[in-house]
Amino acid sequence: MADTTLTEGAAGAPARKPFPLAGVAVPLLALALLAYPFVFRLPFQHNLMILVFLYASLGQAWNILGGYAGQSSLGHAAFFGVGAYASSLLLVKFGIVPWVGMLAGGLVAVALSLLIGYPSFRLKGHYFVIATIVLAEIIYILFTNWPFAGGAEGLFLPLLPEGVVNFEFHSSKIPYYYIIFAILAVVTTVVFFVERSKLGFYFRAIREDPDAARSLGIDITRYKLIAMALSAFFTGVCGTFYAQFVLFIEPNNSLNFMLSVLIMLIPVFGGSGTLWGPILGAFILIPLSEFTRVYLSGAGRAIDLTLYGLLIMLVAIFEPRGLWAVVTRFRSRETLKWRFWKSQV
Amino acid sequence: MALLEVTGLTKNFGGLAANQDITLSVEDGTIVGLIGPNGAGKTTLFNTIAGLYAPDAGRVVFAGADITGWPPERVCRAGIGRTFQITKSFRQMTVLENVMVGAFLHTFSPRQARQAALAAIEKTGLLSRKDMLAGNLTVADRKRLEVARALATRPRMLMLDEAMAGLNPKERQEAVELILFLAREGTTILLVEHVMEVVMPISHRLVVLDYGKQIAEGKPEAIARDERVIKAYLGERYRAPG
Repeated sequence: MADTTLTEGAAGAPARKPFPLAGVAVPLLALALLAYPFVFRLPFQHNLMILVFLYASLGQAWNILGGYAGQSSLGHAAFFGVGAYASSLLLVKFGIVPWVGMLAGGLVAVALSLLIGYPSFRLKGHYFVIATIVLAEIIYILFTNWPFAGGAEGLFLPLLPEGVVNFEFHSSKIPYYYIIFAILAVVTTVVFFVERSKLGFYFRAIREDPDAARSLGIDITRYKLIAMALSAFFTGVCGTFYAQFVLFIEPNNSLNFMLSVLIMLIPVFGGSGTLWGPILGAFILIPLSEFTRVYLSGAGRAIDLTLYGLLIMLVAIFEPRGLWAVVTRFRSRETLKWRFWKSQV
Repeated sequence: MALLEVTGLTKNFGGLAANQDITLSVEDGTIVGLIGPNGAGKTTLFNTIAGLYAPDAGRVVFAGADITGWPPERVCRAGIGRTFQITKSFRQMTVLENVMVGAFLHTFSPRQARQAALAAIEKTGLLSRKDMLAGNLTVADRKRLEVARALATRPRMLMLDEAMAGLNPKERQEAVELILFLAREGTTILLVEHVMEVVMPISHRLVVLDYGKQIAEGKPEAIARDERVIKAYLGERYRAPG
């Protein structure tokens, strides 16, 4: 614990002595990821990374509310599903292009988040979590029984000529790869700036101690709603992406509870309340699940969930702040060694 | 008119009257001590003024505005800063970040918040620990941090809840110096305190509570000679100097 004081707060505070590779590693990694689809050419490989980016984006969106503002939601599938349904219904029923639908999806998710957030933010801790589960289940049941939205059978999106305008690509998955990569870049950039702004400070203050936050003039309900709205917006946008990617949505693939769990699991495993935690989490958990499915096929159905359980236990025992905390701990130890060495010279 | 005027304030918890008909005023630029034995209702009164509880009866007027029943965040914006008896630091944030949260009340710019926070940190003598995580501070430093954080909101009046509790004599002396320094700078101070030796010499006025009732108000020397106060609180042995 003591060594963390020398470098940075666990909450992803700007490091006093910036990690020298941060300015180099991030652009390099981004370049590598941009080149990836041309190095690895199999559709499976593209599909894998699209899912990684999608879940990293979702984890990052959850991170704003759950990680920084400390309001753990287990109902994010509701925002995801509403985003997916909004754009799909606009497309299927009114022929509106999915790009407009994406914005609409995000905004509908925001509206829903405010509706859910206002009453449930009166609850604290576990009770808030339970409220989010229940409200998301209500949305699930509503969509399952809503004939206009396809009910339990779901909605098939029309096959349109492929192209950017239609947001459909059939011959190759590469365009999807870049679109979701861009979404991840945007949401991560937003979190990067939020972390350093008044908003980020207020979010963290609310997470650390709501009473103290209020005594410093923070209207905590208002700021929790802002966090929730930001989080829901990007989750809804991801929902639209998903609908365009699989071209079929039903309550079970876009509104179910396990999706909410996964959206929470990724940042918590990687390190919630940190900028890189959700990305790290997605890069580990999603391939794990995809590879067990590939190599063990049907027999490996639940293997990924078993492994998730094991990993979560390990993280809970050895580093409850998530995997990114292990990285920062290693980094701060390096800094300490370096200082000691320098002081000896 | 005084900066803070409390009239007829009553707060019940179930059948327990924690505060009964309390009336007190705090003049601008003074240090007022709120004292009383354990369970006298000091912290309840303090929290009611700060907006944590809504009173059952009575009024709280601050700088001419009726702030009765306002939530804590509005009370803070009205110009009352407070600390907590059991410190409530943002443990996973550094000292500087803690104080910046307070400073953000008046600005959107992280740079300005940082400067304002550094000024408050310097006043409270925490500059050398500004990059430490608040969770790693000693009790005395955490109390200082509470003060620094409240100061960063630029309060007209600062309410200190048991700022001396749990401090050793040297730390206590430093805390007293800090309070006197802040008062000289023009901050009005209302302090709830247990340690009599500390409050007596620095307060301009004292308010004494016992069993939820106000039993005396006045200058420290007068309070120290007051029969009821001696009986209720000080014990027979305590005699005011002179």
